[in-house]
Amino acid sequence: MDSALIPKGVERCPLGRFLAFIAIVGAVLLWGVVAMFLIYIKGLNQTNMNNAYGFALWIWADLAVIALGGGAFFTGLLRYIFGKAELKNIINYAVLIGFVCYSSALLILAIDVGQPLRAWFIFWHANVHSMLTEVAFCLTCYFGVLTIEYIPLILENRQIERISFFRHLAHNMHGIMAVFAATGAFLSFFHQGSLGGVSGVLYGRPFGFRSGIGIWPWTFFLYTWSAAACGPCFTILVTRITEMATRKKLVKDEVIDLLAKIAGWMLVTYIAAKIVDTVYWAAVTAPAMGFTLMDFYTNNPGSAYGLWILIAEVGLCGVLPALMLIAPSVRRNARLLFLAVLLAVLGACLNRWVMILQMQAVPVLPFERWFTYFPSWQEIATTILPVAYGIILIAFSYRYLPIFPQEAELNPLPEGGR
Amino acid sequence: MFPFSFEWVWDLGHLVFHGALWYALSILGIGLTYCILKAAWQASRGEEHEHGHH
Repeated sequence: MDSALIPKGVERCPLGRFLAFIAIVGAVLLWGVVAMFLIYIKGLNQTNMNNAYGFALWIWADLAVIALGGGAFFTGLLRYIFGKAELKNIINYAVLIGFVCYSSALLILAIDVGQPLRAWFIFWHANVHSMLTEVAFCLTCYFGVLTIEYIPLILENRQIERISFFRHLAHNMHGIMAVFAATGAFLSFFHQGSLGGVSGVLYGRPFGFRSGIGIWPWTFFLYTWSAAACGPCFTILVTRITEMATRKKLVKDEVIDLLAKIAGWMLVTYIAAKIVDTVYWAAVTAPAMGFTLMDFYTNNPGSAYGLWILIAEVGLCGVLPALMLIAPSVRRNARLLFLAVLLAVLGACLNRWVMILQMQAVPVLPFERWFTYFPSWQEIATTILPVAYGIILIAFSYRYLPIFPQEAELNPLPEGGR
Repeated sequence: MFPFSFEWVWDLGHLVFHGALWYALSILGIGLTYCILKAAWQASRGEEHEHGHH
């Protein structure tokens, strides 16, 4: 029924099955929308945030999706600025994943901000001494860049492309995409960094505080670095999941191998810097503020945080996937590659969790106990909402837009196909 | 915020923050305007281009 909209030379599942899938994911989306309206109508008392947890599940989700969406800026940088032409076969999907991640982050922020009608205050009445102002500026502008990068894909739909103006517009936008990609890389560097800088400058919270260069704490650079390393891993992970769901090969192995290799070396250098940063913080920064390393990981009744989380973040989800990704034999093994990128993605999420939620759990005064927090169902539903939205957008984009340039070649249609 | 807003102060913070913001927005705006105007011009003249631009 919708065959006129499906890209040439590829096959899609029947419309009924597609709509049934969308309905199932749509039900989850609806659950999130109900929770979202509850929060809009009744206010932030629908959450379990409190005086200790001003930043909670939403901010973790924000930082995690922004880090994972870093695959778009880094792949764009490699493709358009460093001239890695092979990546043209995955850049569309990286852009789509980035678009989903950043629109999700903005959606969550629109809920978290409490009074969304005043969200524009941060632009007009900007506090130029705040890293979060820089984040707001860069995040919004970069979402504009991702929208500009996503629009040509929409314009390349079979029916839209028939209109001369849209065909030319898509072509022209591709022609100067390097300018947009360079602007996106500039914006990403600063907002990824400033998100890390937020915890790094909190001198009242020794768990997050770091020394650094000038006004930039080391976490500023570590966040950008980890996004550049783990973002492409997320792109590979979602590509593999899409291939499993569609039971098709969508991107050639050499393209995935190149991206995984670059991500692997980025991860090696990031995790080395992270280890140096952790050792310096544990040996110098924290003791100078009256704390020892074990103060943050033991004697914490009511909290689940122990040394295990540090080992999981830096070792299991840091060093291990880094070593796996730089080994050609691991990259050539589909299962091991999947495991490696999954661990790297979990590592980025765990890092953001630690720097946001564990940081607030740690007592800073001698008479305080560890603070506990468990999100309300409304917080959980509104955090799952963007996931459902992302799945739906990816499903529609995959069905109707030419996202994977190598799909037709890798999956030739039988004689008499479209 | 613009320099003519009452909250504006001519200091480094405002110049760097807002300068970078307006610089980025200008690049995106000029780039997009160029693409739209060129596409409108090409479409009105009935021009065609070759495929394979990724």
